[in-house]
Amino acid sequence: MLLIHCPYCVDTLPELEFAYAGEAHIARPANPMSQSDEEWRDFLFIRSNPRGLHAERWRHIHGCGRFFNALRDTVSDKFSVTYKAGRPRPDLEKAVQVPK
Amino acid sequence: MSPLRVQAGGLGADQIQQIQLGGKMSDLRISSRGRVDHARPVRFSFDGKSYEGRQGDTVASALLANGVHLVGRSFKYHRPRGIVTAGSEEPNALIGTSRGPGQFEPNTRATMQEVYDGLTTESQNKWPSLKFDVGAINDRLYMLFSAGFYYKTFMWPKSFWDKVYEPFIRRAAGLGRSPTELDPDHYASRYLHCDVLIVGSGPAGLAAALTSARTGASVVVVDEQSEMGGTLLSEPSPMIEDKSAWVWLASALDELAGLPNVRLMNRTTAIGYYHQNMVGLCQKLTDHLSEVPADAPRERLWRVRAGQVILAQGAIERPMVFDGNDRPGVMMAGAAQTFLNRFGVKVGDRPVILTSHDSAWHTAFDLADAGCKVAAIVDTRTDIPPALMQAAMSRQIEVLTGHTATATGGRSRVKSIRVNPVRGGTVGTARTISCDAVLMCGGWTPSLHLFSHTKGSLEWDAKAKAYLPGHKTEAVHIAGAGRGLWGIAAALEDGAKAGADALRDLGRKAGPATYAVTGDRTGTGITQKELPTDRNPSSARAFVDFQNDVTAKDIRLAVREGMRSIEHVKRYTTNGMATDQGKLSNMNGLTIASDALGKDIPQVGLTTFRPPYTPTTFGALAGYHKGSHFEVTRKTPIDSWATENGAAFEPVALWRRAWYFPKSGEDMHKAVSRECRATRASLGIFDASTLGKIEVSGPDAVEFMNRMYTNPWAKLSPGKCRYGLLLGEDGFIRDDGVIGRIRDDLFHVTTTTGGAARVLNMMEDYLQTEWPDLQVWLTSTTEEWATIAINGPNARKLLAPLVERQDMSDAAFPHMSVAECTVAGFPSRLFRISFTGELGFEVNVPARHGRALWEKLMAAGKPYDICPYGTETMHVLRAEKGYIIIGQDTDGTVTPEDAGIGWAIGKSKPDFVGKRSLARPDIVAKGRKQLVGLLTENPKDVLVEGAQIVLDPKQAKPMKMIGHVTSAYWSEALGRSIAMAVVEGGFDRMGDTLHIPTADGGSQAAKVTGCVFYDPAGDRLKVE
Ligand SMILES: [Zn+2]
Repeated sequence: MLLIHCPYCVDTLPELEFAYAGEAHIARPANPMSQSDEEWRDFLFIRSNPRGLHAERWRHIHGCGRFFNALRDTVSDKFSVTYKAGRPRPDLEKAVQVPK
Repeated sequence: MSPLRVQAGGLGADQIQQIQLGGKMSDLRISSRGRVDHARPVRFSFDGKSYEGRQGDTVASALLANGVHLVGRSFKYHRPRGIVTAGSEEPNALIGTSRGPGQFEPNTRATMQEVYDGLTTESQNKWPSLKFDVGAINDRLYMLFSAGFYYKTFMWPKSFWDKVYEPFIRRAAGLGRSPTELDPDHYASRYLHCDVLIVGSGPAGLAAALTSARTGASVVVVDEQSEMGGTLLSEPSPMIEDKSAWVWLASALDELAGLPNVRLMNRTTAIGYYHQNMVGLCQKLTDHLSEVPADAPRERLWRVRAGQVILAQGAIERPMVFDGNDRPGVMMAGAAQTFLNRFGVKVGDRPVILTSHDSAWHTAFDLADAGCKVAAIVDTRTDIPPALMQAAMSRQIEVLTGHTATATGGRSRVKSIRVNPVRGGTVGTARTISCDAVLMCGGWTPSLHLFSHTKGSLEWDAKAKAYLPGHKTEAVHIAGAGRGLWGIAAALEDGAKAGADALRDLGRKAGPATYAVTGDRTGTGITQKELPTDRNPSSARAFVDFQNDVTAKDIRLAVREGMRSIEHVKRYTTNGMATDQGKLSNMNGLTIASDALGKDIPQVGLTTFRPPYTPTTFGALAGYHKGSHFEVTRKTPIDSWATENGAAFEPVALWRRAWYFPKSGEDMHKAVSRECRATRASLGIFDASTLGKIEVSGPDAVEFMNRMYTNPWAKLSPGKCRYGLLLGEDGFIRDDGVIGRIRDDLFHVTTTTGGAARVLNMMEDYLQTEWPDLQVWLTSTTEEWATIAINGPNARKLLAPLVERQDMSDAAFPHMSVAECTVAGFPSRLFRISFTGELGFEVNVPARHGRALWEKLMAAGKPYDICPYGTETMHVLRAEKGYIIIGQDTDGTVTPEDAGIGWAIGKSKPDFVGKRSLARPDIVAKGRKQLVGLLTENPKDVLVEGAQIVLDPKQAKPMKMIGHVTSAYWSEALGRSIAMAVVEGGFDRMGDTLHIPTADGGSQAAKVTGCVFYDPAGDRLKVE
């Protein structure tokens, strides 16, 4: 079971308290009706699915309830960093390990 | 057993031999040796026969002491099999154990099960008896059952699959039999945090524990065996710190047991190593006890989060692969040494050692010193350390170096071994040596299963000819034989270093620890593919995987037939896929496959070990989560009334809901018909408390509602409510419910019973991450309110006298209104809405008043014959009106237009969740499945929900299915059945007749209609 750092609670807690919520940084278009069918399809369904670092959303659902973002390695499953929703994706080279 | 009482004519030579051996059973037990309590005999049974063991024995050691080697039949060929090892890696000696009804356990390792008075055990995979097994015919059909047997044999003809092949495979598959009764035992679970977790209590693990524990760090030591000590239990002769090994062991354990920061856990298996140093432990608590304390859990599952983990799991001995290596009496040399030194049991009187490693020579010496006549030491190597040669000579043991083994004799017990010299790659003339045990050692494999669970890399060490730990992914240290080290001194030193390293990584400092060892039995050896033979190798039963009956020939055949990766070879042959996960077979299989492929071992790759390390009971994994604790049962405030009044219940999501209220003599159909009649005729009362409720509040609440729901909300004034429809961004229906505007900035949202948590999560998601600028607060209020629905023409007559602070007239409180008022003196949010088509109200009161209000309404409703109804009647009444149930009439691929509720979409709104998707090409395409009504040709036929719909029931199978029935009921109001269905292009099929094939091969015809079956004009809502 993973330990996950909630950037709002500023605490590292068991995975049981959290729920996964899909890939991060996929903003809903400001005006969906102006989207072409292809653009809208990409927004709905097309995901990066990388081997390696993946920016993804988690919710501290049995804690503070906040959605936040994380960089996690899809090979090792390990978290590199977690950060608040709305913040930009951290530079991979500068991504620092979250202290326990 | 006396030979005189046996019909000699019915026995073969080897059975007579076995009886003779059995007659000498007392000689096999050496009272001066071993750690068992020779003063405490224990009686247990195996296959109905009573045997005597000693306190501290395993079933395996006790049977061996009685001269019993034959303990099971093999999986595929039903070959007689004996005990091979002395540990949890045992592939053959799998037995059924039982303590009482429901307490039968198949596939227990006889080498791990401790004997106790009254223990009942049985062999497996045999019929009618272990010695005369009909399935052994498979052994004669050896050529047929080769690698890929299932894939090849059961391919053709296709029609044979159902009737012939599948039943055959099902009968043949699986070892042992499953228990059928409920398990009466209970199982516990615990969490544990520690600084250092040490897996394995041999010399490496103990040294690591002593080093760690002396600093005050919290230390947990686990060992799967009944006793701590690991290899020291089998090696009493070396001296450690001027003490004999067992005296040193006792003092080390004493020291650890005396420290408050140390927890020693025996009979505890580390079953899995998970992320961030979480290790799962399964602790066996009662399986070794004759008298089980009342209420004691049978096993306890521990989830340990360790700062540092030290793996000191030792190494596992590799079998030799040669013809007849599976005959009972052929076993691992190290196991024989364990049986001798730990249990005081000779596995035979005349053993032959077959080895390629120095370690087995010491087994020979120990056995000779215990009085065995060691027939020979056969070593595949030519270069043997002179000290070993001298030690053999001084014991007058014949030594055959540079030899291979090419066959064994005997049936249910080995009685001879055929050996040949190998010179310059040529196998020379055979010689047969008579014996009663063959003790083999084909080298040692570091035990790195748990390390593999962490995705730690294993790197091939050409010198050690073994995979050793490479890159680590966790805070873990490996010590001792797991790193390819050999000998007690090396293990102690390495364990102390691992302890110090772990402490360093924790920011602590360990004191130095050195151990002086004399008489250490260091040594080296080689590993090899199957042994060379002068016979036809393709008819050799040279087993690699004993448990799955995989031979060297199978592995070579798999390579010949095109398998290149070891993962493919594994699946094609099933090598390493049995319950032992190939602890004995993987490396031999890999060596043979790499030879067949002409590649080096590291180029062929390695299969992956996965948890659990050894088979684990479902009970341990389930823990407390069984029976009524399996999941929570949510009950409404009115549940107790329903119970007292004889309701039948049904589960809905996690809730239990009153299903119907049968009166005496009524079945469900009669009760529901009565409840429907009563509600439509006068007055029904329904507990709707499970409806999900969310309060949406704040200055931007209306804007938020406009964005989330399809409907327009800006013009809905406080005091009014509206049906709300929620889509996913993909345009498909997610949820619905009536939503009341309490104030400008406060909406009372209701959701489906099962959808409440999902809807709140979805709302929070948009609010937090897409529209964080909106000033809105979301609060789950599902359990704050008890909700009682009152429906029927007399609903207002019941309620009006009880309501204060709200004019209940139709003009002042029309359909789709909401008010804050009091009902029967309770503060209330009162809705005028209907899910039945009748005049209807829903009264929400604080949950604590739910039952009191219900009882007041029941009392006040007497003059109107008020009728409590359950979810079944609710379903019938809503279906008569064509009101959909999300998740029943929709399935995640249904749009508002598909469901015929396009009217709920605010077409002039610029945006809402899912709006853009309603213009997607697939959503506007023709031929989508649409929700329609169905009226069966025979009005008495009630269709089956989920049944498929076809145009022509006489067409050939497989038929073209154009939809399915989503709801079907008997309508008491209409005196006939009704149904709803999703049908391709359904709106264009009005009046058409469709067909619904039935399970008995028949078919029911039904006409397509609209969904509103009852009161289509809605007049019944308008009761004055
Ligand atoms: Zn949090």
